[in-house]
Amino acid sequence: MLHGGHLLSVLIFFPAVGALALMMLRGDDHKFIRAIAMVVSVAEFLFSLLLLRGVPIGSSGYQLEEFAKWIPAPPIHYHLGVDGISMFLVLLTTFLTPISVLASWKSIQHRVKEFFVMLLMLEVGVVGVFLSLDMFLFFLFWELMLIPMAFLIGIWGHERRVYAAVKFVLYTMAGSILMLVGIIWLYNATGTFDLPTIQQTLATGQLILEPRTEMLLFLSFFFAFAIKVPLFPLHTWLPDAHVEAPTAGSVMLAGVLLKLGTYGMMRFCLPLFPEASHRAARWVAVLAIIGIIYGALVSLVQPNLKKLVAYSSVSHLGFVVLGIFALHNISIQGAVYQMLAHGISTGALFLLVGML
Amino acid sequence: MPEQPLLHYLWIVPLLPLLGSAINGLFGAKRPNKYVTATAITSTGLSFLCALEAVREFFESGQVLFRKDSFTWITAGNFRAGFDLQMDQLTVVMLLVVTGVGWLIHIYAIGYMAHEGGYYRFFSYLNLFMFFMLILVLAANYVLLFVGWEGVGLSSYLLIGFWFLKKSAADAGKKAFIVNRIGDFGFMLGMFLLFRAFGTLDFQTLFAKAGTWQPDAMGQFGTLTIACLLLFMGAAGKSAQLPLYVWLPDAMEGPTPVSALIHAATMVTAGVYVVARSHILFTHSPTAMLVVAIVGCATAFFAATIGLVQTDIKKVLAYSTVSQLGYMFLACGVGAFTAGIFHLMTHAFFKAVLFLAAGSVIHAMGGEQEMSKMGGLGKKIRWTYVTMFIATLAIAGIPPFAGFFSKDAILFASFQNETAGRILYGLGLLTALLTAFYMFRLIFLTFNGKPRYDEKKVHVHESPWSMLGPLGVLAILSVIGGWFALPTFFQGPDYFANFLAPVFGGAPEAAGAATEAATHQLELILGGVAFGTALLGIVIAYWLYLKTPRKPDDLAKSMKPAYTTLLNKYYVDELYAFLVVRLLWLSTNVFWKAADVVGIDGTVNGIAHGAAAIGDGVRHSQSGNTRSYGVWVVAGAIVVLAVIFFWPGAGKAVWGLVR
Repeated sequence: MLHGGHLLSVLIFFPAVGALALMMLRGDDHKFIRAIAMVVSVAEFLFSLLLLRGVPIGSSGYQLEEFAKWIPAPPIHYHLGVDGISMFLVLLTTFLTPISVLASWKSIQHRVKEFFVMLLMLEVGVVGVFLSLDMFLFFLFWELMLIPMAFLIGIWGHERRVYAAVKFVLYTMAGSILMLVGIIWLYNATGTFDLPTIQQTLATGQLILEPRTEMLLFLSFFFAFAIKVPLFPLHTWLPDAHVEAPTAGSVMLAGVLLKLGTYGMMRFCLPLFPEASHRAARWVAVLAIIGIIYGALVSLVQPNLKKLVAYSSVSHLGFVVLGIFALHNISIQGAVYQMLAHGISTGALFLLVGML
Repeated sequence: MPEQPLLHYLWIVPLLPLLGSAINGLFGAKRPNKYVTATAITSTGLSFLCALEAVREFFESGQVLFRKDSFTWITAGNFRAGFDLQMDQLTVVMLLVVTGVGWLIHIYAIGYMAHEGGYYRFFSYLNLFMFFMLILVLAANYVLLFVGWEGVGLSSYLLIGFWFLKKSAADAGKKAFIVNRIGDFGFMLGMFLLFRAFGTLDFQTLFAKAGTWQPDAMGQFGTLTIACLLLFMGAAGKSAQLPLYVWLPDAMEGPTPVSALIHAATMVTAGVYVVARSHILFTHSPTAMLVVAIVGCATAFFAATIGLVQTDIKKVLAYSTVSQLGYMFLACGVGAFTAGIFHLMTHAFFKAVLFLAAGSVIHAMGGEQEMSKMGGLGKKIRWTYVTMFIATLAIAGIPPFAGFFSKDAILFASFQNETAGRILYGLGLLTALLTAFYMFRLIFLTFNGKPRYDEKKVHVHESPWSMLGPLGVLAILSVIGGWFALPTFFQGPDYFANFLAPVFGGAPEAAGAATEAATHQLELILGGVAFGTALLGIVIAYWLYLKTPRKPDDLAKSMKPAYTTLLNKYYVDELYAFLVVRLLWLSTNVFWKAADVVGIDGTVNGIAHGAAAIGDGVRHSQSGNTRSYGVWVVAGAIVVLAVIFFWPGAGKAVWGLVR
């Protein structure tokens, strides 16, 4: 099973199994709950290391693909795959989750069981997003991940936690609705939700998009991802969410969730709508640069340490977006690197801030 | 086993201090100082020996540029940066200075830091610094050089802020780091531009391409000029030149061995090294060269004037370092890279002595740094006095001490510069006068005259041998370090210039025999002038501070505006604090509070509140009251009927929409 067969499914659903197990436990044995969460997340990390073997260096295209028919009409299928970009991001996720568990060891004393269930479910959603090759499945995980994160902020957060959680959810929902429209439009045009198939259809010219249509579709996806990144001027949910979230939430939010936006841009915007990306690149770059400088300047004067790191995230993710939309081989590699580096370093920063 | 084992394993040289740093940093906290000392000294000592052996092998192989590509570090598209080390004549000089002086200062630090807390931490940082500095000088491409460049900045920050509980030390560390980052910003842009123009950042390929570079259409403001100026911006940050010099005097908050090693002998010369290393780029751009020369010369003079009135012994030395670094850039700017590197080397020797001796004085005085509270120490700490006196003669430019030869070479080269030779020479000479003056002022105030401290309270004692040993060795070096150039005064060859000629190209040999004789005569004259100027400076200092000790105060009173301006360092810090810090602070606060909170977030929340308000309004229609629903049904029916009745086409349209 572990050499390729269903590794990706295992990666997605193993934390879910762990979460399920936790749910069945009685809630008062905190030590045991923490231990289970730790074991599950560490095991998940070890599993994910197998990806390193499954994705050979220098390989192109998706590896370890899994395909299972799910819903016949509309044809929504369970299609997973991993490539160089998503592999590293999955590794980042599985690496940060045990750390988040550890960071919550002492600080979470209230509703401990539910907290770790949420944390593990968050991992399910995020890993699912990174590994899905079916658009509908992607969207499903995209929304799935929203729920535990909102609860993490809303239940275990600080004073204004409900405000921050609601803001986070609404902001993201506004984007994902547009993305859903884009997904459905593509389905209507191609008759499938399968990402590689759609990509092929577009690349071979079986489906030619009007420039206007392409731009609208591009924007529908881009808007959703830009909110998640967050790209200036859609960033104001981030400082609130960070300030209110518990440490583990901040770590996961900054370390992984923000990367979903840039990952989406790389996975959907560029390959599906190359022309529109090309035309929009200039404006996106302008926004990214504004975000870089603006985020840095605003973080300079923050009296709140968490906000400072949050705004610096705005700045750094601006670099990633700029790298992606410089539309250059080197710059996209740089963007992936920056995503990883930012994930690790900002995760660490939030841990430190959380300790202080 | 390859024929030249250490050249082939050149990476051992930087690796050793890194190991030392890791061992001390990770396991040193709980160990007694003995172990920490042993680790630190052994790692740097071994590194020094390895460097010596590598240099020997380099000479044995006939002094040809050696490079070793260990592994590829970054590849992206056509961009490649590797962990490539190289060794040529310039590297030899830097390598020996860094490892040799570095090792001696490590030994010194054993004694100096013996009673300090965080002993392991100190040596861990110091070794880390050695590692990065060695990477910097051994790197064979700009990217790896930049790793060392940033790394030394980091270690410098850590060491300046070593006593981080003291607010001034922590602030000084931050200041050094931030000002350096401003320079680094330029350095990075310079690298990007070079990559864009030449497609590589590897020294060998880049310089080969640059050698045949045609000046582009933009002429004076072409690619190379801009790239050079950007690189120089980084160099000015690291080497504390105008206008980015402000961090170096504050950096004296760090322990004195740090000031000696990082802020005098090695790290601050990295900028000079980079300019010398990129000399092919710079010589292609006369504009950039002129800027380097002017900035160097101006800094030399500017810092020397501030040095005249400082009363903190380390501050005097700090401004003197800034000033001497200015000399080095002046040399590079007029194309005399050899002279610049020569001065870099001799400066490393005598400035290390000066700082270490100052440290010894501070140690003897129990932490006192104000010269106004010293005096008459010469008899009590004789060895410190002797070594410091030698180094002072060297920096003042008295033959046959090292500083004379290197400074003379610089002045000679700037005199011959065609563009602005006379001005550069004049200012340079004036700076030499000031240098001799303020250095002897320091000596007289510290070691001569009457004690101005409470002799009962301060127990003045000579430092231990671990501190005096390195002082002695370095003092000897600051005597003989300049003798490479001695034969030039007897029409002989300049060994140092000839040694570096393969790197910088042997230009001076081109002149004919007749002009050579004339040049030689000029050199003798200029040497004499420089010597005379230095003597004059010493005499003035002697007259002011020993003969008529009340005179300086009178002078200060009679020239009060000038004096206070100098004492306050031309108010540059205040100017920066207002122009940069204050304005930035205000404008970013506007950004945050007006643009972010009110503008963007206000819009977002406004939308949310708007939605809520609409929802609230509509809510009233869903009252759950059957009668009100009945009213709505009737009203709706009336509207539909009215539309159909008065607007015949609409019915069809609605029907079509529904279907």
